[in-house]
Amino acid sequence: MKIRLINENGLRVDGRRPDEMRRMRMEVGVLEKTDGSAYVELGGTRIYAGVIGPREVHPKHLELPDKGVINCRYHMASFSVDERKPLGMTRREIELSKVIREALETVVFLEEFPRMMIDIFVEVIQADGGTRTAGITAASLALADAGIPMADMIAAIAVGKVDGVLVLDINEEEDKYGEADMPVAIAPHLNSIVLLQLNGRMTPEEVDKGLEMAQKAVQKIHQMQIEALKRKYRVEPEGLET
Amino acid sequence: MSLGLEKRGYGIKIMKNKIYELLKIGKRIDEREPLQYRKIEISTGVVEKANGSALVSLGKTKILTGIKVEVGTPYPDRPNEGVFTVNAELLPLASKTFEPGPPDERAIELSRIVDRVIRESKAIEVEKLCIVEGQKVYMIFIDCYVLDYDGNYFDASVLSAVAALKTMTLPVYRVVDGRIEAVPGEEMKLPMRTLPVSVTMALIRDKIVVDPLPAEEDVADTVVTIGYDSEGVLSAVQKSSPGLLPVNMFKEMVKIGLDSSAMLRRRLLEGVGDG
Repeated sequence: MKIRLINENGLRVDGRRPDEMRRMRMEVGVLEKTDGSAYVELGGTRIYAGVIGPREVHPKHLELPDKGVINCRYHMASFSVDERKPLGMTRREIELSKVIREALETVVFLEEFPRMMIDIFVEVIQADGGTRTAGITAASLALADAGIPMADMIAAIAVGKVDGVLVLDINEEEDKYGEADMPVAIAPHLNSIVLLQLNGRMTPEEVDKGLEMAQKAVQKIHQMQIEALKRKYRVEPEGLET
Repeated sequence: MSLGLEKRGYGIKIMKNKIYELLKIGKRIDEREPLQYRKIEISTGVVEKANGSALVSLGKTKILTGIKVEVGTPYPDRPNEGVFTVNAELLPLASKTFEPGPPDERAIELSRIVDRVIRESKAIEVEKLCIVEGQKVYMIFIDCYVLDYDGNYFDASVLSAVAALKTMTLPVYRVVDGRIEAVPGEEMKLPMRTLPVSVTMALIRDKIVVDPLPAEEDVADTVVTIGYDSEGVLSAVQKSSPGLLPVNMFKEMVKIGLDSSAMLRRRLLEGVGDG
């Protein structure tokens, strides 16, 4: 049974063009008890991210004398996928927690927080492809919302290959039946990759092209992040009627 | 939970300067060229009780992979395909930084990278590992043990897993009265399409080195592993440490990795004989 992922008009299963992203929605400061939080929707993918800290390291012996530590947990809700995910962390979630932590750690000025810890929680409440990248976009917003100093605000998107065509922002169906999935997180002002993975077959030329598509999309997502932060933090100067 | 406890600090800064100064004149701390691998030794069939095994040394890094075969039920959505899983363990005797207990995030990452390099290159012809459609298929358990760690367990593990797969034998089964039984004295080779290898590179400021030592991994701005199949197509990528990776540097790595992958595959073929 072969599922066609690109139709005769060159459109994808959900009617998008190859270089078209799904609708993305972001909101900052959605949780009360964290120091920073964000909610991100990307198509059917829905994610909450929360940041707590900087606070004292627990357990104490993990603290570092010259810089802070980041603790990161990427977790999917049991009901976020078609078949109920058993409770507890899967190997996939453990690996993704590591690569997400490394991506965010790259831009946070950890030397500002010796002997402190910053907790980052990414909770996927519905998964429809691109959860790690949308999770990074959300976590990055939550860090900014928590007022953590960063060299850049990172944003992420996945590029995939389906029916031999490079496509931006793959959904669950394209991930499952497609040929490749390449999640990319980029620090836009530093023009550098902070997370990069590839699952599946791509030629070096396709990887280059895919990275270009991701770079363009990340610029857009980054703008949306700025807008989302402005919606929460913008203060109209007093005495100026608009 | 993933905790960032990577080493930084003054010792690392001094080391980084030293390593970088050497790289500027094309040298490394162990006198290798920047794009040169350490000596690779491959011995196969080192564990008789395993269906396949291989001990690979990459410099002083040593990885032992053993493969066990069982018969089990296929996944419902892939009723005529065999199943394989990869596990990796960082044994506490391999390094002072490895601790006993369930696999930590590094071990899980290692096993998932080895899995990805093999699975996504479609190296194993899983559709030929079906015994009775929808009921009985071969299950192949690939277990990698890091015995001695002196940097770059990614490439050494992939080499050892693929060498073990290439040289392993599977029992042949037949169906008798609705039950399956092994045909005595008959064995078969694992059907394989391609020989995947991985190339791990460290970026140290603007210099790229392949097959990094632990000291180079410690000071590296970042470390990237790329898997290639026999046609030079990428099957897996993993940036496995924090740090900035400029896009042009990654493009350079893809090229360097392609050259190294050809060399690694030649060494792998020499090591396994004709399989």
